[in-house]
Amino acid sequence: MSDAAPLLSVRDLRVVFDTRRGRLVALDGVSFDIAPGEILGVVGESGAGKSLTGTAVIGLLEPPGRIDGGEILLEGRRIDTLPPAEMRRVRGRQIGAIFQDPLTSLHPLLTVGAQLEETIRTHLPLSRAEAKARAVALLREVGIPSAETRVSQYPHQFSGGMRQRVVIALALAAEPKLIIADEPTTALDVSIQAQITALLRRLCRQHGTGVMLVTHDMGVIAETADRVAVMYAGRLVELGPVDQVVRAPRHPYTAGLMASIPRMGAREAVLAQIEGSMPRLGAIPPGCAFSPRCPSASARCTAEVPALPPGGTGAACWHPVAEPAHV
Amino acid sequence: MSDPIALTVQDAVCLFDVSPPFLDRVLSGARRRVLRAVDGVSFTVRRGRTLGVVGESGCGKSTLARMIVGLQPPTAGTLRLEDMPRADGSLGRPRVQMIFQDPYASLNPRWRVGDIVAEPIRELKLLQDEAAVQARVAQLLETVGLAAADAARFPHAFSGGQRQRISIARALATEADVLVCDEPTSALDVSVQAQILNLMRRLQAELGLTYILISHNLSVVRHMSDDIAIMYLGRFVETGPAEEVFAAPRHPYTRLLLETIPDVQRPNRDRQPLSGEVPSPIDPPPGCPFHPRCPQAETACREARPALEAHGGREVACFLVR
Repeated sequence: MSDAAPLLSVRDLRVVFDTRRGRLVALDGVSFDIAPGEILGVVGESGAGKSLTGTAVIGLLEPPGRIDGGEILLEGRRIDTLPPAEMRRVRGRQIGAIFQDPLTSLHPLLTVGAQLEETIRTHLPLSRAEAKARAVALLREVGIPSAETRVSQYPHQFSGGMRQRVVIALALAAEPKLIIADEPTTALDVSIQAQITALLRRLCRQHGTGVMLVTHDMGVIAETADRVAVMYAGRLVELGPVDQVVRAPRHPYTAGLMASIPRMGAREAVLAQIEGSMPRLGAIPPGCAFSPRCPSASARCTAEVPALPPGGTGAACWHPVAEPAHV
Repeated sequence: MSDPIALTVQDAVCLFDVSPPFLDRVLSGARRRVLRAVDGVSFTVRRGRTLGVVGESGCGKSTLARMIVGLQPPTAGTLRLEDMPRADGSLGRPRVQMIFQDPYASLNPRWRVGDIVAEPIRELKLLQDEAAVQARVAQLLETVGLAAADAARFPHAFSGGQRQRISIARALATEADVLVCDEPTSALDVSVQAQILNLMRRLQAELGLTYILISHNLSVVRHMSDDIAIMYLGRFVETGPAEEVFAAPRHPYTRLLLETIPDVQRPNRDRQPLSGEVPSPIDPPPGCPFHPRCPQAETACREARPALEAHGGREVACFLVR
């Protein structure tokens, strides 16, 4: 972790959905920081709240979802309370977004160049010619061959991997300080996946951009992220440097998750599995949300919600997995 | 190796005509365009074993799966299921069923789970008595780890993993011998994936099922398969026992594929990603289809297409493997 002031600071974030059947708490007490140039991986299974965290940070929560508590600070400035018009300027200029499906994030009727130029001219004081030159430069930077001709083509003329590169170029267009990448490689093949994560990592290092990488794929996290936040049922259950979390997870959920991934090295007879499934938002058990599935749960786990240790690194657990004697 | 052969595929070819409509073609002078989805694939699968087929999107692995279950007639070549002894002692064609990728799209939302699972039994007239059908459904649901009472519920009440269990129960209802699984776990979370993979392994041991597992996830294939086939642009480029192929890949594509996948255990941030993309199967490059991306390509690779040749216990289609 760096000593620099955090680029993004999320404090005790709580997101709720008011529905006819009552209030659903989708995110509860989520706190983390992202330093400039750092990639924070956010992992969890479907419904854990990882995408919602990203959506809350870029201020695109759809009603009835709303932020009910906590704060989001970008370079020390609160952005969760900004009026919509001001938030729009922050979004794109200071926070870029990359979504899972590159086809739906691009306008099918506009050339790639037109979309890039629009974004550039919205956020940066550049002339049309300068914006055009910058669009070509951006495409070249994200590794699109013959960028000069590709810039005047439409999204359907690009392959999936190339489209995702265009989306990354769009996210970078205004030189944002933070990029929220929500499952950026999930729709892509493994060989293309590796190209895109390598690109993200390179760009992040070169520009000092902080990245919040949301994915369900532990492999991608292990390869790409500096630190990782594990989410379960709307809460952060473990946060720490990626090597530590991957090699010696402290939270029983993380440990179970890691053990259930088939390994390339050896063929086990039976995969470790976590029994049951994640609780629905309306039925989160009291205490630790993982307690009904946890092998080491005690009476305390069903009564009190565990918090992350002070300093925000470690496992939110009353009975964390013992640290290995030597690491 | 003594297991009898369950499935023999000989030179299976599947072509799709993707030409523009006749009039457009005449007006613009364009030629017919043919997509070679599966281009001459031969293999055998032994009973009670698992063949994993790996490849990137567009390599033809799903078309191959559809040909095996008979959803897609082959343009040329043969796919033959060998007769095998059934439980009652007679000899018969094995029953083939398919497990689909998306458990949300493969179950009829308006049918109760009991009816979904009972449909193949009723359709094939495996049991005449309705009470016997219900008993069999209850038994099948329990086999896949659900409760007998779940038969009265609708698919929407189940999670993705539970729905995939229902798909498996439906496939088993036919007393299937061969299951073609097309990305059975790629829509599921990892912890649920482990549950389904364990279930599939248990059922294989108990019922002697033969699996053809189609996936792009190498670690899943590694975990499940006895033999694997690496597919690239409609052809197998390397086949062999899974252990050997993973331990010492011979084809450059297999090697690069294995190096590219992120490994949780040994993260390697400095690996060189495989450059380029899979070429279009409508207009494949001449020679070896992998040569534009291959770091070791030689002149010969650009001119002629290497055939799949035996090298030890394996078959590799590469001029550089000797």
